[in-house]
This record gives sequence, C-alpha cells and structure tokens, in this order.
Amino acid sequence: MTFVAKPRTHHPLLPVNELGLTRRDYEGSVSTLCAGCGHDSVSAAIVQACAELSIPPHRFAKVSGIGCSSKTPSYFLNKSHGLNSVHGRMPSVMTGANLANRDLYCVGVSGDGDSASIGMGQFAHIVRRRINMLYVVDNNGTYGLTKGQFSATNDKGSTSKKGAPNLYEPIDLASMALQLGASFVARSFSGDKQQLVPLIKAALVHKGMAFIDVISPCVAFNNHNGSTKSYEHIRQHGQNVVNADYIADHEEITADYEPGTFEDVSMPDGSTLRLFKIDENYDPHDRVSALNYVQRRGQEGEVVTGLLYVDPDASDCHEILDTVQRPLNELQETDLCPGNDALQAVNESFR
Amino acid sequence: MSVIHNDFVIRFANVNGSGSASANGMFAKALFRMGIPVATRNIFPSNIQGLPTWFEVRVSEQGYLGRREGVDIMVAMNAETFVEDVGSVSPGGYLLYDNSKPIAKTLKRDDITEIGIPLSTMLLPEFTDPKQRSLFKNITYLGALSGLLNIDFEVITGMVATQYKGKDALIQPNIHALELGRQYAYEYLNAPLPIQVRQSDQVGDRIMIDGNAAAALGALYGGATVCAWYPITPSTSVAEAFELHANRLRVEHDSGQKKFAIVQAEDELAAIGIVIGAAWNGARSFTATSGPGVSLMSEFLGLAYFAEIPAVLWDIQRAGPSTGMPTRTQQSDVLAAAYASHGDTKHPVLFPATPKECFDFGAESLDLADRLQTPIIVLSDLELGMNDNLSEPFEWDDSRTYDRGKVYTAEDLDELEVFGRYLDIDGDGIGYRTLPGTHPDKGAFFTRGTSRDEFAAYTESPEAYERNMQRLLTKWETAAKLVPSAEINNQKRGVGVIYYGTTSLPMPEALEQLSAEGITIDTCRIRAFPFGDEVAEFVDSHELVFVVEQNRDAQMRKLLINENEFSPQKLVAVTYYAGLSISADFIYGEILKYYQENKLSRLTEVQK
Repeated sequence: MTFVAKPRTHHPLLPVNELGLTRRDYEGSVSTLCAGCGHDSVSAAIVQACAELSIPPHRFAKVSGIGCSSKTPSYFLNKSHGLNSVHGRMPSVMTGANLANRDLYCVGVSGDGDSASIGMGQFAHIVRRRINMLYVVDNNGTYGLTKGQFSATNDKGSTSKKGAPNLYEPIDLASMALQLGASFVARSFSGDKQQLVPLIKAALVHKGMAFIDVISPCVAFNNHNGSTKSYEHIRQHGQNVVNADYIADHEEITADYEPGTFEDVSMPDGSTLRLFKIDENYDPHDRVSALNYVQRRGQEGEVVTGLLYVDPDASDCHEILDTVQRPLNELQETDLCPGNDALQAVNESFR
Repeated sequence: MSVIHNDFVIRFANVNGSGSASANGMFAKALFRMGIPVATRNIFPSNIQGLPTWFEVRVSEQGYLGRREGVDIMVAMNAETFVEDVGSVSPGGYLLYDNSKPIAKTLKRDDITEIGIPLSTMLLPEFTDPKQRSLFKNITYLGALSGLLNIDFEVITGMVATQYKGKDALIQPNIHALELGRQYAYEYLNAPLPIQVRQSDQVGDRIMIDGNAAAALGALYGGATVCAWYPITPSTSVAEAFELHANRLRVEHDSGQKKFAIVQAEDELAAIGIVIGAAWNGARSFTATSGPGVSLMSEFLGLAYFAEIPAVLWDIQRAGPSTGMPTRTQQSDVLAAAYASHGDTKHPVLFPATPKECFDFGAESLDLADRLQTPIIVLSDLELGMNDNLSEPFEWDDSRTYDRGKVYTAEDLDELEVFGRYLDIDGDGIGYRTLPGTHPDKGAFFTRGTSRDEFAAYTESPEAYERNMQRLLTKWETAAKLVPSAEINNQKRGVGVIYYGTTSLPMPEALEQLSAEGITIDTCRIRAFPFGDEVAEFVDSHELVFVVEQNRDAQMRKLLINENEFSPQKLVAVTYYAGLSISADFIYGEILKYYQENKLSRLTEVQK
C-alpha cells in the first residue's frame, strides 16, 4: 500500500470559492479505507466545508491518533500539515499545536476506540481546557484495523461479527463533551451530508472546543445473518472467497431526513440506528437541557443528531491562559530572552 | 582547647510539616552569607505532615560539597527518631535536644556531648498560642545555634527582616525567639563550642540555588514557550519555577499578556504529547518529570524519534517505583532514558552536575532538540534538583541567537525545485522541516512514524525503511559531535574514573583521600550521551577505569560497554544506591578496597 496522489486537474465547471479555489484544492490523497466506509464521507464533508468557508487550504493543522479514523487526515487538505500521532493521544498533540500557533485552524480526527477507550482521559481534558479546534470522532462502534472488536461506544446487546453480544454500557461522547464544558457539541451521521457539512462549517468558525460525534458505519464487519453482504452469504453464492480478510464492496450508508423526524438506518452489525434530527424549536444554548434531552431521547432508543449545544461567547484556552495575540512560534530572541542584566538580578536574588 | 572552624556536618531531625524547613534553611543561608561553602540535603518522606524528616548541612571551608559520612552536630527535635538520631552522632560530636523532659538513661552516650535546651518549657511563658509556640521552637534552636557556633547574629536577624518584609508583626516575635535561644546558649551552655564558624571568602561570587529553578531559568532564557507537566516529586519545582520566573520576565509590555503557555496536564502522556505537538508546530517546549513519567512517556518518545520532532524532557531522578523511597535521590534512569520506547530508538541524554550546568543545559537542550529534530532528555536528580547547591553564577551572552535548526521558510520553499522532508541534503542525517501553515502550495507533509520515504509519502517498502533507519544512525553520529563533551583530566596514569551528574560532587574530596593513600587517578566526567570520541580515548588510554554512579545495576557502565564495546573487565563498577547521596567516604573506601584486593601498585607506599 503506497501513497496515491490524485490527479490535479478538475472539471472546468466546478464551483470556485472566494479564494478562487475549487473543492479539489482541499482534497487529500486517495483513501485506503474500505470502499463505502463512512469515514470517507466525513473526509468529503470536511473538504466541502473548508472549501465553502474559503479558508486558505494550507492554514490548518491536522492531528489524529491511531485507527481507521486517524488515517483520514491524509485524505483531506493535503496543502496543510498533518500528524498521525499515537493511539488515543491526538488531544495532547493538538493542544501543543494549538498553543504554538493560535492562528491555524485545528482539525483533530479521532475514533471511538481512540477517544472513548485508550484516549478517554485526553478527550476529557482537552474538552475542559477548551482548545480552539474541531474535534471529530468517526464513531463506528468497532475496532476496524484489528478486525472488529467492540468499542466502548457500542450499544449494550448489539452483536459482533461472530454474533456475541456486547455486555457493557456504552459511552456517549457527546453527552460527556456537554458535561465537560465543550462550547460546541453536535452529533451527525456520516451519510447525511446535508446536516454534516453545515455542522463542520459552524464548528470550524466557532472559537473554542467544537466537538462532533459522527456516527460512521463500518462496512467491513457487516457479517450478520441475513445480510446479503456477509461473508457467509458471499460464500454460499459461489464467490471466490478464500481469505477471511476479504472485504466486500459496500454501498455507502446514507440518510436524508427532515428536521423533527426520525430515520431508521440499518447498521453493518445488523442493528438499526434510529436517528432523530432536532428541529427549529430546540434551544441549543442551554447546556443542562441539552444533556437532559440527549439522555432522555437515548433512553427511548433514539440517537439525537444536530447541533446540541453552542455557546458563541465562550472563551478558548488561549484566553484562559492570557497568552499574547501573536503565535508563540513566531516569537524571536528579543521577545523571549530577558537578557543578561535581568539574569544578574536573578543571581543576586540567590545570594 | 583547639577550635575547628568551618568544617563539620550538622543534621536537623524534625517532624515533617512542623515549620522546621524555614528555620533550617535560614541556618544554611546564614553560613553562606558569611562566605562559608555549604551544601544542603533534605531527606524527606513521602508525606505532608507527621513523618520524620532530616535536613543536613555540610559546612566545608575547603569547598567540599558532597555528602560526608558521620554527623558532628545533631539537632534532635523528633521524639519518634530520637534513638536513631542519638546513635548517628559521630564520637566526639554534639547532641542538641529539648530537655524539657529528661532522656532515658539507656540513651546516654559518654562519647558525645549532650546539649540540653528546655525549649518547650522556656517558651511556655513567652507565647500563649500552642501553634506559635511549636513554630518558634525552631527559631529558638536556631538562636541557640547562632550562639553555640558563633554565627554572625546580624546576618540571621537581617534574614528574618527580609523574610517577613511587609508582615512586620512577625519580625519582632521571631527576633525575640532567636534572642531567647542565643542568650540561653551563652548563659548555660558554655557557648561557643569548639566547633565554630567564622567569616570566609570561599563562596566568592557563587549563588545558592536548587537545580530545578536553574533548569527552569535555562529553559526561559533558551526561548521555551510551552511547558507541559504533571506533578511528580522531585521534578514539580521545575515547572513551578518556570511559571514563577516567566510571570515576571516573559510578559508583553503593553498588553500584560503572556509570551508562554503552561499546561498542568492530566498525566505524563499528555504532558509529552503537548510538548511534541507544540514543537511540531515550531514552538520551543519542554516537560519535567521523574522515572515513572519517563515510563509513561516512552511511547511518545519513540514517535518523536521516528517522526523527528524536537522535544526536551527533564528527568529529575529518584528511587522508584511507587511511593516512599521515591523521595530519595538516585541515578537510576540512565538506561530507561537512553533507550526509551519501542523499536530501535535511542536518545541524546545530558547529565548536568551543578545548578550552573542545569541553567546552561536548560537552554542548550532546546537548541540541540531543534538542531537534531529529536527528543533530548536531561537527567538531573533529587539531590541536584531539590537541594540548595552552591553554584557559579549564571551568565547569558546577549549576542547569542537560538539555533532553530533546519526549517524552511516560505521564501526558501519558493526557491526550491522539490521539497523532501527526509532527504539528507547535507550528509549529516538531518532533513529540512517545514512548519504548518508556512506556504500556500509547498512544503506541507504528513508526519508519521517509520512508514515513509524521503518525501514523507507513506510506504512500507523495505528499502525505504532501511534507508531511513540508516539515516537516523548518521544523525546519531552528528549528535555525538554536538552534545556537550566530557570533562577530562588525563595524565595517562594507568587508572581512571568515570562519573557524571551529582556523583561529581563528592569526587574532589574522594580523590584527595585516595591521593593520601598513594592512589592517583585520571578523571572523566561524562556530560552527554551519545559519547564523544574523547570518552573512547579516555577508556582506551587506561588499563582500568572505575565507573562511579548511584544505581544498583551500574547503568552507565553498561551503556558504555553496550555502545562502545569496551571490555567489561576493564570497567569496574562502583555503585551506591541506598537513597542518600553518594559520599566521598564511600567512593574512597570502594576504590581503596579494589586496590588492596587486587594488589594494585600505588604511587607511594603508605605507612600504616
């Protein structure tokens, strides 16, 4: 598997943004994820959002952890720097990157294993530190790269590829983000571009911690009884499948539904996810009500999507720390070094 | 009666949290201000209040700063450890204690002099508040010591005035308590004793400071803007000192805003992650931790090694793991630091020996990290980090510029035909990096671990991997030329000694003691890993080299053997690891024993 560059030419009729750039200028390299993976839809939504906002495509800092989700920063914004860090540690690396240069747009991509298990502590603490960033979790409820173990966001009772039920309570990262002080919390579905793109745009321009939990199905571990795309099904129907790691092509799972309505989405693990899109009457400025609403709907088996909470006047970490307006990484000797006279005074205070 | 001046060890035995630290600190500072070289050592428990704690001051006109065995004056103020404390006084020494209650006959020693002061009873009529009474006990014994040891009283009262500046109500009672003790010493205790202090000129222009504060000042002067840390003894005061001094020296004049960011992270993993993220984005950054933190940071250190991101990590070493002994000093993280992480990794390590060197390395490590694009680990320890040490004063050359290493600007990129992040253009194994957001079209790349080619493109090609690993070795050779070289005194005397960090403190005294036995040896103080050629030359030009260090497994000796393939027979381990700092007596004893057991020839035959 090697890096694949995309051709730079584009259709002459592609719309241009205020910078005279097209969507293609915001793309990355070709994805190496499974065909139909929800994560690729999230990457596409990020590309579209950034292009529509007319942000210069080199002014982002992309950081990720480890996992399928964390591969995606190389699939968007290839004019910006990216850092594929270690498992669960995107938040700390992003914290440092943001402290070093407050002028860059920070995009952190993580997964449910990355953020809800190994990196739960870092997730919690970057949220409460209110780093000015877009924090996306590509949430598929499973460990893809290690072949389908449950993640901590997986619903209790849902079954694995091999039919074993998940025994433990799920962690709802959106609820946690609300409780921990994120100033922008949203949930969406990878296949719902109509909803996801505006949310990403709003999150990018929001100053402070903007967290989006994106339900993003894993097509690889779609192996339950009755699925026409299961390994068993393909085997019975005479396909030349000999390797267990064969991954069938899968249609992208999409959802297109109106505010205030439900949409039942079939998930690769055989379960049905009932999404509820919040409507215009919902007030996203009350943190406690938002948490209550998400939890109550959750009790009824519904996953609430949309903008759950926003505080447009929130402060970010730089304001909390009262750092200078200039990026710290631009400060030079004259800004940073107090000089020998001051040092001699320091010496004197230790005599 | 002959009087000994400026040459003794005094130990204070106290209860943690009883306010003794302030009085004991004033004692050491008073002697320092009289121009007498002193070295202080805190021996403290993992506790806030209630457990025993000891404070030891080595007073040495000759300027010996290492620990010396034996206690000449014991100030025994802790009932719980009284038996042990009485026992630790050297024959001929003095025991100062509170004789408000008589001590058991069984504890009487006829080879030491007891000096009883009825501290509790004499303070009863003076201070009504029991808490105040307990605090002033410390000040009163300080007053008594000033009489017994002939300390310049004005120096002490002057310090009280400075310490309580603005809290004038506290000055008078403190001075009163000092005078009570001093008068008692003159009236009832035949003060002064035959052990005394007197004004000296041996301190010179030196300062008295702990290594952690020095490290923080070095980082400040070296341009660190991001500090991320997690509290852990004995490193905590590095970050705290950085904050203290930065708040004073690093604030934008007009706005009052800070030209630095400090994050107390949720753990050490996050602390090093923040450092790496900031350095990747071009800000000089550092963290401070101890052994357990290095363990937690190891995965990230491997990433930074392979992703070639600068980082500076101060490891203030202590015994480990868990709690208890970890408040005692050791040099036991040498191998853990040198080879931290998984895969083939190794990291430059610096070994400061004095606060001055902590300051210098504090700045230099940031230059080295940027130049070498790799984590630099600075190995200090509790002894150096948390104790006040005499130190040469700090200096900064105002014409000095930071070495930011190889970073392409937007203009550089415009000139460039093609950008390859990991191309070895200069043949030193170090590529040119770019910072995020630099150029609209050029220089962006995706940073990852090992799976990449010279252009930072993802590949798992065996050839590309091997080329990358070999280039990292070239970089390692460059590092060996750039890190601080060893300090060597080589007169080709056949036998040498290698040491580093705080093991250097007792070394001059140990060498003097050995010299009196006809044993003269060459010295090599290692200041960094990878070892420069001078270290190999030192070992090669001697038949036998002692390696003195403060850990059980002779880690530096193993590192030398491992990296330079020296003969293990040639390198003799001298190790001390019991939790106190290594003493001159110990080093002397071990080397002498080796000479005797192996019948090695000496310069002169010593008459026994």
